[in-house]
Amino acid sequence: MSEELQELQDLKFQGIKINYLYVCKRKLWLFSKNITFENQSDKVLIGKVLHEYSYPKEDAKEVLIDNLIMIDIVSDGAVREVKYSSKMKEADIMQVMYYLYYLKQKGIEKQGIINYPKERRKEILQLTPEYEQKVKQALSEIEKITSQIAPPPATKQKICKSCAYFEFCWG
Amino acid sequence: MQKTLYITSNGRLRRKDNTLYFETENEKRSIDIENVEQIHIFGEVDLNTKALNYISQYGIILHFYNYYGFYAGSFMPRKKNVSGDVVVRQALHYLDREKRIFLAYCFVESAVYHMMRNLRERKEAEAFLNAIDDEWENGKFNISSISELMGLEGRVRNIYYSSFNQFLPEDFYMEKREKRPPTNPINALISFGNSLIYSTVLTEIYHTQLDPSISFLHEPSEKRFSLSLDISEIFKPLVVDTVIFKLLNNHQLSLEHFDEDLNYCYLNQEGRKIFIKELQSKLETTVRHRQLNRNVSYKGFIRLECYKLIKHFIGDQVYSPLKAWW
Repeated sequence: MSEELQELQDLKFQGIKINYLYVCKRKLWLFSKNITFENQSDKVLIGKVLHEYSYPKEDAKEVLIDNLIMIDIVSDGAVREVKYSSKMKEADIMQVMYYLYYLKQKGIEKQGIINYPKERRKEILQLTPEYEQKVKQALSEIEKITSQIAPPPATKQKICKSCAYFEFCWG
Repeated sequence: MQKTLYITSNGRLRRKDNTLYFETENEKRSIDIENVEQIHIFGEVDLNTKALNYISQYGIILHFYNYYGFYAGSFMPRKKNVSGDVVVRQALHYLDREKRIFLAYCFVESAVYHMMRNLRERKEAEAFLNAIDDEWENGKFNISSISELMGLEGRVRNIYYSSFNQFLPEDFYMEKREKRPPTNPINALISFGNSLIYSTVLTEIYHTQLDPSISFLHEPSEKRFSLSLDISEIFKPLVVDTVIFKLLNNHQLSLEHFDEDLNYCYLNQEGRKIFIKELQSKLETTVRHRQLNRNVSYKGFIRLECYKLIKHFIGDQVYSPLKAWW
């Protein structure tokens, strides 16, 4: 096991944490402490249904690697992530880049695809050295944020009103 | 909003294929399980593990009440929202004397605020309102223990209850507040309403990461989920008492809705139905929330109270209890 892979194992990040890092640092902190409300959110339910009903022909769906990262679909030499909307594109890209980076540490080189089936769009991604660097930075930032004693304070953003944590943060 | 179901008749809860039914002797009703959050069961109801397992898949809580309408207990499915971090910190707030008193004080403060709010509009109760104000304002600065706080709360509550006689119909005269068992109609109503609020709060706690057994005002060593008792303090005057005033002053409830039995006094089935209906519509009534800029129901405010406690525990925001501003 390479040193970097060991580090990843120690950090035990699910891919969603990378995503949350770019969406909202407070959400990341709360999620890391298991303070979650996603199971009560209609938006999350819609996302779940989307995952279930999109790409019914693919066999390799919800592939769990090392009990740590869950890849939506593995096919045609690519790892694919399915998202409801491209509103949080950067977060989605970083999530897939993290998967590619993780696999690379295990000696597997793949390309990534983000599918936005609702928008009939897809994004094809290649892990570049720049992104590798960015992923590493993101990982250490996650470590930093989640080890804080208190959550980062709430800051009102446009996306707050559709977030499962809206009432938690602002109520 | 997810629904609350009340079963007041006798029958059987049954799963058949993927539908939950409530069957009585002459009818069979399907229950929209996706949209039910909790079921309060007052009737004599049979159910088996097949039904229970199905119910727990949907995270539905069952609250059981005995023949007299007294709360017996709840069936709560395995909890999904568990955060060890929150529980540990909640416990720290219990163990630290100062921190515990702070929270206990918050609950009482909000309760007293809502009691006074209830009396504020009533001319007949003005003297009592002033008496409560005196008692509270003088007492609140000299609290150094939970038991002192409890004592103060008790004195305030006594004045509050004695004011009821001024504006409720004569039939509902109250000598003093009596629990277990309530011996007159007004006490029966208060007890019934309080146990409904208790179980409703418990349902809301269940959906959060709070541990219902770690409480601050009440002793956690009590058998019940005492955090639910703590939070109920806020909502008893705000929700239950206002429902009682309305039902009695509009003569929707009268003595014929009560039965007496060996010193007990309790609501009969008809009376329970009337009370539950009014309470439920109160819980669903919404108010514009100033920060959220959304309409929040009274039940929603219970949930928000839980959120505020979590935020307090994790060091995010100091708890400030609800004080109805509308």
